[in-house]
Amino acid sequence: MADSIPSATPRPEAMDRPVLGTLARPLAYVLMLGLLGLLAWGLAQVNAGPHQAGLAPDFTLTGYDGRTVTLSELRGQVVVVNFWASWCPPCREEAAYLERTWRRYQAQGVVFLGVDWVDTQKEALAYIDEFDITYLNGPDIGTRIAQAYRIRGVPETFFVAKNGELRGVHIGPLSPPQLDDKIEGLLAEDPDA
Amino acid sequence: MLAEIGWFALVMAFGLSVYATLGGAWGGARGRPALVASARNACLLVFPFLTISVGALVYSLLRLDFSLAYVADVSSRAMSNFLRVTALWGGQQGSLLFWAWLMSAYLAAVMLRRWDGDRDQLPYVIAVATLTMAFFVGVVLFISNPFARLWHNPMTQEIVSAVFRPAGGMPYAAQDGGGLNPLLRHFGMIGHPPTTYLGFTGFVVPYAFGIAALLTGKAGDDAWIRSTRRWTLFAWAFLSLGLILGGRWAYDVLGWGGFWGWDPVENAMLMPWLTATAFLHSVMIQERRGMLKIWNLILIVLTYALALFGTFITRTGVVGSVHAFARSALGPAFFVFIGVTFLGSMGVLFRRWKDLRGEHELESAVSREGVFLLQNLLFLAITFAVFWGTVFPLLSELATGTKITVGPPYFKQVTGPLFAGLLFLMGFAPLIAWRKQGLRTLGKAAVVPVLGSLAVAAIWGWAHRMHPASIFALWMVSLVLLLVLYEFWKGIQARVRSHGEPPWTAALRLVGRNRRRYGGYVVHLGVLMIALGFVGDTYFKQETQGTLAAGERLTIGEYSLEFQDLQSYPGSDGREIVEASARLYRGDKQVADLHPRRDFFVVQEQPVTVPAVYSTFEQDVYVLLVGWEPIGFQSTTFKIYLNPLINWAWLGGGVLIVGVLIAGWPTRATASELTYQLRPRLARTPAVGGG
Amino acid sequence: MDRKPLLVAAWLLAAVLIVAAASAQEGGEDYPTDDDVNRVAKNLYCPVCPNTPLDVCETKACEDWRAQIRDQLAAGWTEERVIAYFVEQYGERVLAEPRRKGFTSLVWILPLIAISLGLTGLGRVMRDWRRTRRSDKAPDETLKSSPALPPDVLDRIERELKEIS
Repeated sequence: MADSIPSATPRPEAMDRPVLGTLARPLAYVLMLGLLGLLAWGLAQVNAGPHQAGLAPDFTLTGYDGRTVTLSELRGQVVVVNFWASWCPPCREEAAYLERTWRRYQAQGVVFLGVDWVDTQKEALAYIDEFDITYLNGPDIGTRIAQAYRIRGVPETFFVAKNGELRGVHIGPLSPPQLDDKIEGLLAEDPDA
Repeated sequence: MLAEIGWFALVMAFGLSVYATLGGAWGGARGRPALVASARNACLLVFPFLTISVGALVYSLLRLDFSLAYVADVSSRAMSNFLRVTALWGGQQGSLLFWAWLMSAYLAAVMLRRWDGDRDQLPYVIAVATLTMAFFVGVVLFISNPFARLWHNPMTQEIVSAVFRPAGGMPYAAQDGGGLNPLLRHFGMIGHPPTTYLGFTGFVVPYAFGIAALLTGKAGDDAWIRSTRRWTLFAWAFLSLGLILGGRWAYDVLGWGGFWGWDPVENAMLMPWLTATAFLHSVMIQERRGMLKIWNLILIVLTYALALFGTFITRTGVVGSVHAFARSALGPAFFVFIGVTFLGSMGVLFRRWKDLRGEHELESAVSREGVFLLQNLLFLAITFAVFWGTVFPLLSELATGTKITVGPPYFKQVTGPLFAGLLFLMGFAPLIAWRKQGLRTLGKAAVVPVLGSLAVAAIWGWAHRMHPASIFALWMVSLVLLLVLYEFWKGIQARVRSHGEPPWTAALRLVGRNRRRYGGYVVHLGVLMIALGFVGDTYFKQETQGTLAAGERLTIGEYSLEFQDLQSYPGSDGREIVEASARLYRGDKQVADLHPRRDFFVVQEQPVTVPAVYSTFEQDVYVLLVGWEPIGFQSTTFKIYLNPLINWAWLGGGVLIVGVLIAGWPTRATASELTYQLRPRLARTPAVGGG
Repeated sequence: MDRKPLLVAAWLLAAVLIVAAASAQEGGEDYPTDDDVNRVAKNLYCPVCPNTPLDVCETKACEDWRAQIRDQLAAGWTEERVIAYFVEQYGERVLAEPRRKGFTSLVWILPLIAISLGLTGLGRVMRDWRRTRRSDKAPDETLKSSPALPPDVLDRIERELKEIS
């Protein structure tokens, strides 16, 4: 049949040979699924809020005054982790309240840790001076701590119970009596719970 | 009351879209013309209903109905009427409704078109297009509703927004709205979002035609290409305009002295533009030689997919950007939709792969076909590079846990050479014949442009020895310019000789009779001018910053700026303005009185820097007020950018649009009748009454 | 008696040299100018705001960072040292240009691979299509053997050709 009529169309065999080989199709699907997976993960990251439950991510904080503290070594104590920055106006609103509350509960073994997020040393020290802050404040080197806690911005305050678990986060500046209430609640907890 | 009407219209639009999808699919699969006709009418009706919704929302924005959560979010008493109307697309919910509305306008136009030649495609075009419509209207209706009201719960003292009254909620109207983001309170708001959306949404039409052709097994014919070329050109033109207006707006408002930042959302707009441009060119090969059917379909699907991808990353904030909307719940729904669309399109394409085999033969690599193939490759390479750079931060964070930024240095270094290659091809392609081009004839034709451009480059190089890379860039631009002008000259010469017309008449008739070709050349000229703007921005930009007391001068290049004084006063729209007066000198001559200022929007606590610009063809002198002493206004800090050749970019944009109008303007004989099917091999009768 | 002017000259010369050496260390009175700070800041991105270069960012935080760069430059730090400090303090995302080492090198490598694959693919496709052409019967034969076009179609073709020329 193909020989009797002068062939006007190209021979079929030449066309059937796939351009990229039989791997092309599965590869295309794999890449597409990979992309969709990546986007799904990205979406989950965006929608995930700050860490709120489970064991508090461990970190070591070196303060501006040279003291070093590791979170896991504070097991058995209530820890308040406050993320702040000197250029953040709402942080200034809560700074005095934080310091006051720290001094009040210091004797009961409550630890306050101030994590300075993407800040400059000069401004940070000026801020600490201004509010006469005495609890440990140190820079978050490489923003590792902030990434571990998945903060969205500052100020954010995380509460760590005596057994090392996270007991929620407060986004935005704290105002009385929010911090006191939260600390009282955590102090009342049994450390072996 | 009005909001209820608007909401009800949304419900109707959603119902009609769903009905049209099902009716189109079922009617097509079972061969029920009556059902298909009914689906067509349903699709047509979506536009009027969405117009009612949009009208209701715009009226509420104008009248400041602060009981609506959206109005309270984006409108405010201080805003002018113009801004209140543009606030329609100032926030997530309104802009989604606006998007859906524009898409429904396209679909209505498609439904009204003559379907004589492709009536068998109609059911599937309807099904695919209205499925998309149903998604967007559904998202607006169920997830991101602009008609949600504010409710106040007296027990918990909370204010929530919801469409229907929540338990214990009382209607609540805010005292005043938040108002548009100050950066959006600009005349550019009328231009950039609508044109961009018209561009993005328009690509659903060729996509629907392509998928319909695949589903009906007709993808091997050329009919769907002819049907959709104009629609693609239309959408592409608006996307181009959107890109240009976006760049201009960023230049005016951001205070960065530049117009393209390689931000993820900017890239998201650029990628479908690149693949659509590739399509507009490679479709010529399909029309001429019947080749590249698969490829053109892939390009269409890719363009639409990238448009969807672009709006996905913009609205969900998956990749961080300055443009991003506030986070909302539409992420998961959107993700499912793009997943279904991407995988579904791939599936349909692969299933019909064999249908798409065309007669592929190449006489010589040095041919118009070869050039177009190379051009397509370059476009796709650039698209891949941009895509990769945009998603890589996400991948890096997943793989290593570290966040990184892929900034302009990456994009410039990777895509720069590729764009240069494209420019080069753009100049030479018209000189290269279909099928086979003799190198000697090519050489003879190109001699004058090559020598002329080398002369220009030499002069430039002598004047600007410091920037060797720029010499190459300028050579390229002048070479392509001369090549394009050569095409015009050749055509005019031919007419003058054969018809004896005077040159100007010849030029007009030439362009008028060959709109597609010469309109295309005009577009290329526009692209060249934009390229010139980019060259100036990349190689010759200068900047300086300094603090001046009154009477002191800051010098940059041959210009100097002398600070006069600083004023502070309240402005319209709830802002506090600090304005500097300064005199600009070129050498010793004063050339302008400039007033750069910084507006501070008190309610939003956000500053907007408004530059003062002195524009000439040569460059822009772009002056920013950066800082000042708060007490006494004695010393002021200015930043000056010298942006050479930047106005060529805006002019080029205008020329590009003119070119598109020329190329796309319908002639008396419409596209469907001009068939050019002079292919004796195919045994089919030329389409006399069809397509 | 003759040696005194020589001694004075020697002391003067020494004094001039010492002063010159001292001022050479400072690199000029105005260093670092705003332009110097911006030149360094250009290579960095604001650690807080999304996709905003550090030299144009207008927030208070960015002002603080530029002030920090100024202090560091004034203290004699080189540009590389300032940038390295920023990366250590704030993470790799402050770099505008992705590193060419480690996982990040992939961002540079993949486009190169893609382009090479594309060119090879294009070459192969074009070669295949040229081979198809050669393996066909001579084109003139096919042209002769195709059915003649009906005259009305030929007329129409003539008309259209005239129109487009």
